[in-house]
Amino acid sequence: MRERDVPQEDSTSLAGHRKALYAVADDGRLRLTPSSGWAAEEVCNRLAVEDLRRRARAARERALAGAASPLEYHMYRARMDLALLAQATGLWRWRVRRHFRARVFARLPLSLRERYAEALGISVATLSRAD
Amino acid sequence: MAQAFVHTHASHCESGVMSSLLRHHGLQVSEAMAFGLASALAFAYLPCIRINGLPLIAYRMPPRAIVKGLHRQLGLGMRFETFRRPADGMARLDALLDAGELVGLQTSVFWLPYFPPDLRFHFNAHNLLVYGREGDDYLISDPVAEAPVRCARPDLQRARFAKGVLAPKGLLYYATRAPAEPDWARLGRSALARTAHIMLHAPLPMIGVRGIRLLARSVERLPLGDGAETTRLYIGNIVRMQEEIGTGGGGFRFMYASFLQELSAKTGFAALDALSARLVVIGDRWREFALAAARMIRGRVPLAPPALAERLRALAADEKRLFQDLHGAERAWA
Repeated sequence: MRERDVPQEDSTSLAGHRKALYAVADDGRLRLTPSSGWAAEEVCNRLAVEDLRRRARAARERALAGAASPLEYHMYRARMDLALLAQATGLWRWRVRRHFRARVFARLPLSLRERYAEALGISVATLSRAD
Repeated sequence: MAQAFVHTHASHCESGVMSSLLRHHGLQVSEAMAFGLASALAFAYLPCIRINGLPLIAYRMPPRAIVKGLHRQLGLGMRFETFRRPADGMARLDALLDAGELVGLQTSVFWLPYFPPDLRFHFNAHNLLVYGREGDDYLISDPVAEAPVRCARPDLQRARFAKGVLAPKGLLYYATRAPAEPDWARLGRSALARTAHIMLHAPLPMIGVRGIRLLARSVERLPLGDGAETTRLYIGNIVRMQEEIGTGGGGFRFMYASFLQELSAKTGFAALDALSARLVVIGDRWREFALAAARMIRGRVPLAPPALAERLRALAADEKRLFQDLHGAERAWA
């Protein structure tokens, strides 16, 4: 990559930050050049962010309809998956999965709710709602 | 603090941290030099480690390899400490900062508030340096940020004690000895030999050139029916790992090329210049791969995993030749 080919495409996911890339200058030496983003990279990042958003939306609708607990929604909102949430809370995966059920979650003791809230970085009150 | 700390913008977190740390201790080492001397260039496709259901693809050695590699090469007397209890980890950090130490930390990107929101994923091996504290605000030199940043105590604690794959467990590290001016030729040679060995002869098929081919095979087999959403996510993941996590495939190839150039200038072993130029071309090919993948994801061209697999195989062949020649050059280096 030549210095003048370093992409400056103002990627929205970089939010004004710039990343440093190595590129060949006119004298043939490689140097660090700041880049404001590259569209190809932006597309792939957007895809991943959107996928998590879509999952969170679907989980939220299930929770609002009473078909699932709000836990799953909050998990996706924190960009986690089942494996990560289980590790972050120190619970078995099957227990976490069970807590996705609205009726099981409703009976969850405060100590477990606190554990989830802590792992997800939200308050217990927020954890219990999906709106 | 004994002398004022100078922040530098770098391409990758771990090599940037080590380059800043070494410079702070009086040894002028660029980021590319730190990366190359630690033999950090590699390739690994790890289908067994999944993040959000997608496999881990790395274009460099695993986290901490640069810190530990340089520690061994340069005799830095690095200390590494992890903590069971977050409170202990924070107290130790405070004590070290009060003693004027420059401290490296392993953190999770997701919990660092100064990161752009769209880039905050649960990636647990992000390195940064803490050079001071003002009350409950830590003064941080994050190599991938253009300027120094600040982070509040609760956020930093969370970032240091995140759970999951590669959990940092509060890891902090600092140097206890100032490095002496090393024998660049000797260090450089052994670093080249190690990298060539990893890329060509790693005992596992997921590592090095064989890893690229293994990835090609799994890309080729991606399903196309039903909108192929998982296929798009899978391909997008390869590119994200390449371009975003740290600085990615193309990025690391360019950084290593810069290392070869610098090593040649430092030691006068000019054969490395030609290899550097070839590696730049390979880095460009990686970027073309990313571009082709992005076009397919956006639907500009039809989704064709076999075409991407073909590009990966060509890259594997190019890298194989390059590292064979690198190995040959290293052997011939008198």
